[in-house]
Amino acid sequence: MTKNYGSIAYLAKIFQNRGKIRKMLVVDFPPKKRLSLRWLGLNSFAHFNDARPLLFIKGENSLMNFQKTLKATLLGASLAVIAATGASAKTLVYCSEGSPEGFDTALYTAGTTFDASSKPLYNRLVEFKRGTTEVLPGLAESWEVSEDGLEYTFNLRKGVKFHTTSFFTPTRDFNADDVVFSFERQLKKDHPWHEYTPGTAWEYFNGMSMPDLIKEIVKVDDHTVKFVLNRPEAPMIANLAMDFASVVSAEYADKLAEAGTKEQFNQQPVGTGPFSFVGYQKDAVIRYAAHPDYWNGKEKIDNLIFAITPDAAVRLQKLKAGECHVMPYPAPADIADIRSDSNLTLMEQQGLNVGYLAYNTKVAPFDKKEVRKALNHAVNKQAILDAVFQGSGQAAKNPIPPTMWSYNDAIEDDDYNPELAKEMLAAAGVENLSMKVWAMPVQRPYNPNARRMAEVIQADFAKVGVNVEIVSYEWGEYLSRSKDVDRDGAVLLGWTGDNGDPDNFLAVLLGCDGVGGSNRAQWCNDDFEALIQKAKTVTDKAERTDLYEQAQAVFKEEAPWATIAHSVVFMPMSSKVTGYVMDPLGGHWFDGVDIAE
Amino acid sequence: MTETSPATKADTAKLEEESRSAAKARLAEFWYYFSQNKGAVVGLVVFVLLVLMAVFASLIAPHNPDVQYRDSFLVPPVWQEGGKTEFLLGTDAVGRDILSRLIYGAQFSLFIGVVVVTIALVGGITIGLVAGYMRGAVDTFIMRVMDIILAFPSLLLALVLVAILGPGLINAMIAIAIVLQPHFVRLTRAAVLAERSRDYVVAARVAGAGHFRLMFKTILPNCLAPLIVQATLSFSNAILDAAALGFLGMGAQPPTPEWGTMLAEAREFILRAWWVVTFPGLAILITVLAINLVGDGLRDALDPKLKRS
Amino acid sequence: MLRFLLGRLGLLIPTFFGVTLVAFSFIRLLPGDPLDLLAGERGIDPERKAELMAQMGFDKPLWQQYIDYVIGIFQGDLGTSFASKKPVLDEFMTLFPATAELALCAIILAVCLGIPAGIFAAVKRGSIADQAIMGTALVGYSMPIFWWGLLLIIFFSGILQWTPVSGRISLLYFFPQVTGFMLIDSLLSGEKGAFLSAVRHLILPSIVLATIPLAVIARQTRSAMLEVLGEDYVRTARAKGLPPRSVIGLHALRNALIPVITTIGLQVGVLLAGAILTETIFSWPGIGKWLVDSIARRDYFVVQGGLLLIAGIIMLVNLIVDVLYGLINPRIRHT
Repeated sequence: MTKNYGSIAYLAKIFQNRGKIRKMLVVDFPPKKRLSLRWLGLNSFAHFNDARPLLFIKGENSLMNFQKTLKATLLGASLAVIAATGASAKTLVYCSEGSPEGFDTALYTAGTTFDASSKPLYNRLVEFKRGTTEVLPGLAESWEVSEDGLEYTFNLRKGVKFHTTSFFTPTRDFNADDVVFSFERQLKKDHPWHEYTPGTAWEYFNGMSMPDLIKEIVKVDDHTVKFVLNRPEAPMIANLAMDFASVVSAEYADKLAEAGTKEQFNQQPVGTGPFSFVGYQKDAVIRYAAHPDYWNGKEKIDNLIFAITPDAAVRLQKLKAGECHVMPYPAPADIADIRSDSNLTLMEQQGLNVGYLAYNTKVAPFDKKEVRKALNHAVNKQAILDAVFQGSGQAAKNPIPPTMWSYNDAIEDDDYNPELAKEMLAAAGVENLSMKVWAMPVQRPYNPNARRMAEVIQADFAKVGVNVEIVSYEWGEYLSRSKDVDRDGAVLLGWTGDNGDPDNFLAVLLGCDGVGGSNRAQWCNDDFEALIQKAKTVTDKAERTDLYEQAQAVFKEEAPWATIAHSVVFMPMSSKVTGYVMDPLGGHWFDGVDIAE
Repeated sequence: MTETSPATKADTAKLEEESRSAAKARLAEFWYYFSQNKGAVVGLVVFVLLVLMAVFASLIAPHNPDVQYRDSFLVPPVWQEGGKTEFLLGTDAVGRDILSRLIYGAQFSLFIGVVVVTIALVGGITIGLVAGYMRGAVDTFIMRVMDIILAFPSLLLALVLVAILGPGLINAMIAIAIVLQPHFVRLTRAAVLAERSRDYVVAARVAGAGHFRLMFKTILPNCLAPLIVQATLSFSNAILDAAALGFLGMGAQPPTPEWGTMLAEAREFILRAWWVVTFPGLAILITVLAINLVGDGLRDALDPKLKRS
Repeated sequence: MLRFLLGRLGLLIPTFFGVTLVAFSFIRLLPGDPLDLLAGERGIDPERKAELMAQMGFDKPLWQQYIDYVIGIFQGDLGTSFASKKPVLDEFMTLFPATAELALCAIILAVCLGIPAGIFAAVKRGSIADQAIMGTALVGYSMPIFWWGLLLIIFFSGILQWTPVSGRISLLYFFPQVTGFMLIDSLLSGEKGAFLSAVRHLILPSIVLATIPLAVIARQTRSAMLEVLGEDYVRTARAKGLPPRSVIGLHALRNALIPVITTIGLQVGVLLAGAILTETIFSWPGIGKWLVDSIARRDYFVVQGGLLLIAGIIMLVNLIVDVLYGLINPRIRHT
């Protein structure tokens, strides 16, 4: 099995395989630093993009391997320098906010992990059109849905290549086996890859109720796959565009299973995506290279680097110093400063999320909609936007964000009116009300500071004669305790959309199934439930839109929540970066991005 | 040894009488040596000022520390361009007066120091006395437990303890007290071991003093010097550790104007508003420095070995 | 000597088991669990949760769990990280060199500056230089290092732009991690400028981490020197007319260094505690940050294993210091 990595023949083979030796690397740096980097460009980077990743030996760093690598590297370097044609390779550095947990996306639920795994490395059967939640063909060129909505047949794209890396060389193109493998390992408890590494939890797959929904996945032929469902599910196609539905290589899995190193699957990923995996240095750097045979065309940048930088101030500092080109999650306080910097571009977009205060509609006096409505009139949303969001938020009137289709803009919000609130409370016969407000202990996209938000609400409610006690628990405990049906108090919480389908908000957060679970208001309204259940089974989008608009009207009338805000997401980047499109679902994508010279 | 002669009893009484008058003389001598150390006196003055500041915070502070002036976010200190006279040291991200928060913060830091040292001192002395006096299995067990505590880096242990107890000022203080405890235990035990074979202890025992009296009345007062020095050092350590926990988000919770917590909140402004980062840290430094100066003075005055040289 | 060593080792055994017990009970006392955190707002089915907890062995009786854990330790198995699904020991081994490199640089800095400063201050006792050195040392000793780190970043990285803000080496360099020590690896890689880049990244964190040990060592050296200089044999040597240099160098220093070595050994705990803060400030990918993150994530086996490994290191270093102490000072051995 061992190859002689040092041999010239081997190197030659690599270069032959890759078709050409590509360009040297010149990293885009401010002029001040460029001078000292000139010779580095010659000496250090020539081998960076192509030869380098290939020379790495499966994650092992023994000295022997290293010596081989060193020899090979030196050879590769000199070869590459000789062959350099003068065209420069482009590297984009992204200062990411945290470390990925692993690279097998379906194992995880965190956006940070998705940014580093599913987005650069993999494709899905269908993809979201960049910047929207509209679904486009991905690895499936087309699909048909049966009349009863139970069978989804996907026609797969032909000639799609998996990544060739130092640790894996694919012998075949992508086909139906890969799709079946990707989903069956999550679905079937007896699948050899169902528990391939300790603590495997296909949490997203389970969280989306896929095990109940999918009956079976059938390989019709090499390029046709059929999903058979237990019940019709209108958001199914959108679900398949989500991160957990990323398609992995069955061939690579077989190879690892044979070698007895299944855990590598999560550490050295192989996909069909726009970038291939080069290396990960824990908590520091992740490196990717453009996939030369990407089915949608090779990327304009040659290398993609994630520089893991958890501190927002440090990220900004690095961005300003030119050490990275794009950064996520700037501190709200720095927004004005970034706007005024002519070397930086600031993109912004409304986040696909909602922050809310959920009353417990099963506990008196919050079982009366008049009381809930009265309290909604007592919340000063503008004060919250100023103090908590500092300009990075937008008041919410509906349980779904305004960027989502079927958002009912005709609905009128409960205005801030403490006098009216007092009257309504008196009319409902509520006096000297004391209540608890739960504040989350963590920062979330839809609520940057729950504690502070609770303090503002406390002050607002005091003005209408309602005494508020703020309570908090450790995050995990908070999430589970707030599910209790007889919970005491109103809960601050929120939701970030998974797939852009209104069902993902309305059914999950307010449906009758969610009582005692994700429905923190413990609210089960027959009219509302009938509307969203019907919308689930209908495939016509116009009809669904109509149903969801009606549901939002019922919601507003019944007021199980005080809807607080939708956050605005900012994305600062160097002005040289072009083609970056913000994802309404909150992900960070680098395909299609380029850097101007 | 069974019969106690009247002569020994008289001797014991005389000894105790002598030690009492000697105490007065020692105090005078102590102050003489302490005041020789200029740094210690400066430290003491600063410390007294800090205590006064904490006690009269509500009178001195120009603003309520929790009031947010919505029109004055991140106002720089008064001497810098854009500063406002009503906010001498500027305001933080939500428009709170930094000076007022620092003044109120002194309350928390001193409170932390006092509580932590009291818990650690009382616990440490009791456990140390028991260990040193009882010897044997009890001693071995206690000292192994202390070894276990000392085997962890103090901050890490405190961090895990706070995670278990839940973030917050009180829990942070408990955690720090537990972490500082072993030093007191070891010190007390060592002192007890040194003292217990001395003549006066033997005399007291022969005179029929009970275990309790022997431990607390006879031996303890003679081990106090190193404990006082250690207590001062622990006082400053407690303030530093509590601030560090606050900085890691596990200490006092916002909006408490605890200095470490203020620093944690200010971190995002590090390159933009130097004052929100600089002043809380400076306050910690000055307080800790003052206490350490006093501690040095105490040691010089109490440690006879250094005194002589 | 062997008896002395064995005695010390014997003392370590109960402590070691105590440490395992502490680490074991800590993670079972932590409120919340990794599954709830992983699932977030989406929530997790209670049945599924019970299943997954069972998968991690949390359904067994406590004593059984503890025995499994201790047996695991002796087989070199500390469990698997819940987040990364990698063995805890592997993760520790990848991250520990970063912390060790930082800590070693800090301690070297502290020793190289602290001992000469202490000696100088002792010899020039009472002079302005002495007062300045001791004053500075006291300030260093009182320093909240997390604030000190931020100040240095503001000044050297923000205003002067001399040093990088965070990380271990410039992203431009990419070479295999042989030892995990960036300084060594960068030299081995043969890439020009890599070593310099590694040094530049190391400067500020080392200074921050060295601050307190430096102050402690300087103060300790000074007082040890003063004590020794007052001893009879040094006076005799002086009286014999030996030149001051040889008095200090030969007679005084050797004896003064004994307590200083103990002090240095004790600083390992301080360094590891300091590493938690320093690594957080400088985004340094070491074990301090790893543990803090894992506590927040409730990554049970990482917390359990990490605590044990760190305690093990401290115990080991203390043992080495004890032995060294015994070697230098034979009087200790026999007591």
